[in-house]
Amino acid sequence: MTAGRTTVYVPGDAAAVSVGADDVAAALGRHPELDLVRTGSRGMLWLEPLVEVDSERGRIGLSAFAPDGTMLSAETLLSIGSAAATAPAVGEHAAYSLGVGRVEDHPFLARQTRVTCARLGIVDPTSEQDYAAHGGWVGLRRALTMAPAAVVEEVVSSGLRGRGGAGFPTGLKWRTVAGAEPGLRFVCANADEGDSGTFADRMLMEGDPFALLEGMAICAWAVGATEGFIYVRSEYPHAIAAMRKAIAAARAAGWLGTHVHGSALSFDVEVRVGAGAYICGEETSMLESLEGRRGEVRAKPPIPALSGLFGRPTVVNNVLTLATVPAILADGGERYAAHGTDRSRGTQAFQLGGNVRHGGLVELDFGITVRELVEDIGGGTRSGRPIRAVQVGGPLGAYLPAKLLDVPLTYEAMAEAGFMLGHGGVVVFDDTVDLGRMARFAMEFCAKESCGKCTPCRIGSQRGVETLDRILADRAHPGPAHAAGLSLLTDLCTTMERGSLCAMGGLTPMPVRSALTHFPEDFGLDSAATPGGRP
Amino acid sequence: MTGTRDERVREIVTRYAAHRGPLLPALHAVQEDLGWIDRDDAAVIADVLNLSKADVHGVVTFYADFRDAAATRHTVSVCRGEACQAVGGQELYERSVSRFATIDDVTVTEVFCLGNCALGPSAQLDGRLHGRLSDDRVSALTQGWS
Ligand SMILES: Cc1cc2nc3c(=O)[nH]c(=O)nc-3n(C[C@H](O)[C@H](O)[C@H](O)COP(=O)(O)O)c2cc1C
Ligand code: SF4
Ligand code: FES
Repeated sequence: MTAGRTTVYVPGDAAAVSVGADDVAAALGRHPELDLVRTGSRGMLWLEPLVEVDSERGRIGLSAFAPDGTMLSAETLLSIGSAAATAPAVGEHAAYSLGVGRVEDHPFLARQTRVTCARLGIVDPTSEQDYAAHGGWVGLRRALTMAPAAVVEEVVSSGLRGRGGAGFPTGLKWRTVAGAEPGLRFVCANADEGDSGTFADRMLMEGDPFALLEGMAICAWAVGATEGFIYVRSEYPHAIAAMRKAIAAARAAGWLGTHVHGSALSFDVEVRVGAGAYICGEETSMLESLEGRRGEVRAKPPIPALSGLFGRPTVVNNVLTLATVPAILADGGERYAAHGTDRSRGTQAFQLGGNVRHGGLVELDFGITVRELVEDIGGGTRSGRPIRAVQVGGPLGAYLPAKLLDVPLTYEAMAEAGFMLGHGGVVVFDDTVDLGRMARFAMEFCAKESCGKCTPCRIGSQRGVETLDRILADRAHPGPAHAAGLSLLTDLCTTMERGSLCAMGGLTPMPVRSALTHFPEDFGLDSAATPGGRP
Repeated sequence: MTGTRDERVREIVTRYAAHRGPLLPALHAVQEDLGWIDRDDAAVIADVLNLSKADVHGVVTFYADFRDAAATRHTVSVCRGEACQAVGGQELYERSVSRFATIDDVTVTEVFCLGNCALGPSAQLDGRLHGRLSDDRVSALTQGWS
């Protein structure tokens, strides 16, 4: 902050831009007394575009638009920026006020534990210096003073598990690659983020891209890799641009390339863009795609850790997994393991979306219940109607009825209840949702996005759509054909579960069965004895 | 911008020939520069990258992003992901399909999640992401598209 000038922060995050952040930045950027910084988003997405202004009391947040659509003026920001530390944040600025002054004090953020997403919305994602000034590169610096095997063990001791969905222990995966046949090895960041209801990978790449690069470099050192790829879905142009810029800046600063900061590590990274196929988020399909082939799933074994990209030992990790590693190396694995529960160590960046009042990014220790997340933090539905269902874990995740929302969000509690955490997406539906239609959608999605390799997935899902169409058409007057349709549907689910090579076909039955079990009335079945009925 | 299409395809793809796994970046580049990937491009691409024509064709047809004809002047990609459906995304998709059904210059497609799930319904209009959409808002944003 230069004397006599005021710094304002406007997110360049795609979600903020989707509701006008670029217009706000253009307007404020023209003012001669304002210095404009484009940051990522803090994750209070319902408040976007959220403008912040530097003041003696810290960064004060204001919504860029009043309810009547009037845009916040530069003068308002200047008056807050120059106000004494004791000045109230509200008053004349009430129309834009968040009800609090400092952004960090907002209850939505104050109760979070930000580890992976600590810098989101705070730093300038284009500035390598800003990253360094906010604790960046500390983990990599420390890693480079350690033996690679010791870095692997540090990650093992953190208890970190993969955030991409399967929850495999990250340290064990790295240990396998480190011990694989010598020679060329790769680190691949899975940034395909195809699960509907999830956006944390995107926000991290747009708001703190150096964290991903630092995590990949630490991984490369630990496992002896020299080349990295970030496979980003084409639906994320902002993230692609942010990562490419960050790679160039990291190279210029000596954090990528040959002999990183004079060390024995030589490692470089390239962004690769997907082409509109959900299945390419599955790791072996992603590897096929990177090699320039159809994104068809490979049978395992061999596992990618031993024979991955171009048949070489390869680490495939989700963006959030890799972006958490710098903090683990900087502060120690045990410090990270102190968060969370028994087998779910650390924090999880939950993504609250759908029909929710306060939607956004919520990083917390594992263990909060779905109800606390959607009601206490999310504030219930956006429509104001009762919550009827919550889908957890993306398009292959279960629909939980309002009655079952007290399950804790940990890998083990979710699995025990027959659900899954997936990539941490939590999507809220009010009482107008038709779970019969959502079950049909799950089958339709599978039919459209199946890689086509196995019949139960490719054909089973297509038959699932047709069968559900008939069930839904008959549900007002169910007869014998309706009953036969339902039994065919459960048979199809069983066939898909048993005969699919990957979780696309194997887990599509999860949303279908959970809808059927907890919301039978939406399929024309008697709801009298069931717990999940309409309120 | 000179030369036949074949020559230009060859020139673009050659830039990627030394990369590891060059086919996807090369296809993206051809589509970006020339507007679409022609069926006849496969032979040239295959030749430069030392692949079979069938391989190239198989890859092009696998991925939804690759077109075999020029795009229309305007595009509307409406999200049909669950989070958007929870706030009216399906209705928005259906309304958009019928709104532009008779307008040749506009293509409406479905997408499954744009990563904007807290601010739905979401859609990309001419590639730009918009959130908190309604049918009226789409109408306002696409004024003059007919
Ligand atoms: C159908 C399907 C889609 C997947 N999509 C993604 C994805 O978009 N992003 C991701 O990180 N992992 C995805 N995965 C999980 C990956 O296969 C893999 O487990 C993960 O990238 C490993 O990284 P992690 O251990 O850090 O989670 C998907 C899996 C399946 C079966
Ligand atoms: S289950 Fe479906 S997506 Fe997975 S390998 Fe088989 S056909 Fe492909
Ligand atoms: S579900 Fe529509 S943007 Fe994610």
